[in-house]
Amino acid sequence: MSVLPLNYYSTVEDDGRSEEEKLLAFEAKINRGEKIEPTDWMPERYRKQVMRMVQNHGNSEIVGALPEREWIPHAPTFKRKLALTAKVQDEVGHAQLLYRVVETLGKPREVIIEELLNGTAKYSNVFNYAPETWADVGVIAWLIDAAAIIRQLLLREGSYGPYSRALKRICYEESFHLKHGYDICVTLALGTSTQREMLQDALNRWWEPILGFFGPPDNDSVHTSELMRWRVKLKTNDAIRQEFLDQYVPKIWELGLTLPDPKLCKDEQTGVWHYTEPDWDEFKRVIQGHGPCNAKRIAVRRMAHEDGEWVRRALAAAEHNESIPVH
Amino acid sequence: MNQVALIDLLFRLADDELLVGHRNSEWTGVAPIIEEDIAFSSMAQDEMGHALAYYTILHERLGQAPPDQLAFLREPHEFRNAALTALPRRDWSETIVRQFLYDAAEHVRLECYAQHPFEPLAHVARKIHGEEKYHFLHARTWMTRLAQTDESRQRMQVAIGILWPHALGMFETGQSEQDAPFDEASIMEAWLALITPILVEAGYQVPSSTAIYSRYAAPTPDRIELLAAMQKVYRIDPNAEW
Repeated sequence: MSVLPLNYYSTVEDDGRSEEEKLLAFEAKINRGEKIEPTDWMPERYRKQVMRMVQNHGNSEIVGALPEREWIPHAPTFKRKLALTAKVQDEVGHAQLLYRVVETLGKPREVIIEELLNGTAKYSNVFNYAPETWADVGVIAWLIDAAAIIRQLLLREGSYGPYSRALKRICYEESFHLKHGYDICVTLALGTSTQREMLQDALNRWWEPILGFFGPPDNDSVHTSELMRWRVKLKTNDAIRQEFLDQYVPKIWELGLTLPDPKLCKDEQTGVWHYTEPDWDEFKRVIQGHGPCNAKRIAVRRMAHEDGEWVRRALAAAEHNESIPVH
Repeated sequence: MNQVALIDLLFRLADDELLVGHRNSEWTGVAPIIEEDIAFSSMAQDEMGHALAYYTILHERLGQAPPDQLAFLREPHEFRNAALTALPRRDWSETIVRQFLYDAAEHVRLECYAQHPFEPLAHVARKIHGEEKYHFLHARTWMTRLAQTDESRQRMQVAIGILWPHALGMFETGQSEQDAPFDEASIMEAWLALITPILVEAGYQVPSSTAIYSRYAAPTPDRIELLAAMQKVYRIDPNAEW
C-alpha cells in the first residue's frame, strides 16, 4: 500500500513567498475555477476541512454498507439479490476511492480506520438507524441515495481535485442505486396491501433521519463563508434540503404515499418548502453515540477489522518476503 | 443422458452456485481488506448469476418452475447442493480454502460440460468457464500468499482439514446417473491432479480423510439456516411481485 508521508503537505517546496501571497494565489486559483491538487500549497484550515469532510464521506460509505448488507441474504428475487449485492459493493468501492483521497492529504488508511473505530472520526448520522423490513431497503436506496446525490453533485464542483474526480464516478454509480431503490418502492407501492403498508411504515420511520441527513441549519456564518469562498462547501444545508424536498416530495406523493409531517407543503409563491424541523437535539444525541445503532455499527466494523487482522499481517509479511530474492 | 438425470445434474450445479454465491455475498461490507470485500461481492454476483443461468435452462428447457420459485420456494430437502457450499461464513481461511477447492472443481467440471451433448448446458458451461477461470486464479493466489507465514499457513491447514471431506463430497454420483457422459470419479481425479501440486508446492499437507456425501442426505442445519434467511421475504407472499 503506497501512502504519502504524514508531513507530505508541508514538504511542498518553499518558494520564498509570504503566507499572505500564497493564500492570495490559492484563492485566485479557486476563483479561476481551477482545482487544488495535493502538491499545491493550501492553507492548513483548508486541508483539515477537506480531509475531515472526505474522511466523513468515506466512513459514511463503509458504515452505510452495514445496514443494507443485513438485507442481502433476504433479498427476495434473483434480480433484487444481484442488484443489492452490487449496490452495497459500490458503497464499499466508494469508501476505497475516498480513503485514497484522504491519503493524498496525508492520512493513511490504517489511521482512518482506527479513528472510525475509536470514535474520533464521524460518519453520516442516518446510518445509525435500523432497517427493519425489506421496504427499508427500497427507501434507503431511493431516498438516502437521492439525498446523497444532490449533495455530491454540488461537491463535485468543489475545489479539491482528487475529491472532485472521485465524486464524478460516485455520482454516476449512485444514480443507479437510486433507480434500484425507486424500483423496489414502486413495486411495493403497486403491490399487495401488506407490501404497501410495509412501504408506508418504512417511509414514516425514515423521514426524519433523511431530513436530518443534510445537517442542522448553518448558523456559524464566518466559518461557512470561508468554506464557501474556498469552494469546500457550495450551498448551505438548508438550501440543499430545500432542493431535496422540491425534487422528491412530489415523487413520493405520486406513489400515493404520505409523509409524517402535517406542516409539509410548498409555498407556491416563494417556491419554499415548509416543514417541521427535525429534532436537532435528538440529532446531536445520536451523533454523540446514543442512537439506536451506533454501538452495533462500530461493533460490526471492529469485529471485521479484528477478524481480518491475521490476514493483513500475513499479507504484509508476504509482500516483504516477495521483495527478497530467493537465490 | 436421460431427462431425470439431466434435471438432477442441473439442480446440483445451480444449487451449489446459488448457495456459495449467497455465502460469499455475506462478506460484502466486512472482509479483511476493502479490496477483497469488493472482489468477493463480484464473485458472489457471478455465482448467483450462474445459478440463474442453470435455473433458466431448467425452466425453459426441462419443464421446471421459473428461477425465482426454484430458488425461493423449494424446501431444504429438495436442494441438491454439496454441504461445502452451505458452510457458514466463518474465518477468512475457510472462505479462501472453500473458494479454492470449489473453483478448482468448477474449472474441471465445466471443461467437461463444455462438450456436453445437451447443447444448452454446453453453451452455458463454456460461458461460465471463462469467468470461473478468474475466480480460480484469485483463490489460488490467496492460497500461495497465505502459506508464507507460519501463523497463516497453520490457519489455512486447519481450514483445509475441516473442509476436505465436504470438498470430496462435491463429487457424489447423481441419482439415476448410470449413463452420464462425464462420471464424477473421473472429474474428481482431474480435480485432485489440479490442486494437489498447488497445495504441496505451497507447503500444505493434503488430508487423507474420506468424503462426506450430503447432496441427497437429510438437509444439513447449514442448508436449512441459509434457506430460511434467503427465502424469508419472498415467502411473505410468493404470489406478490417483489
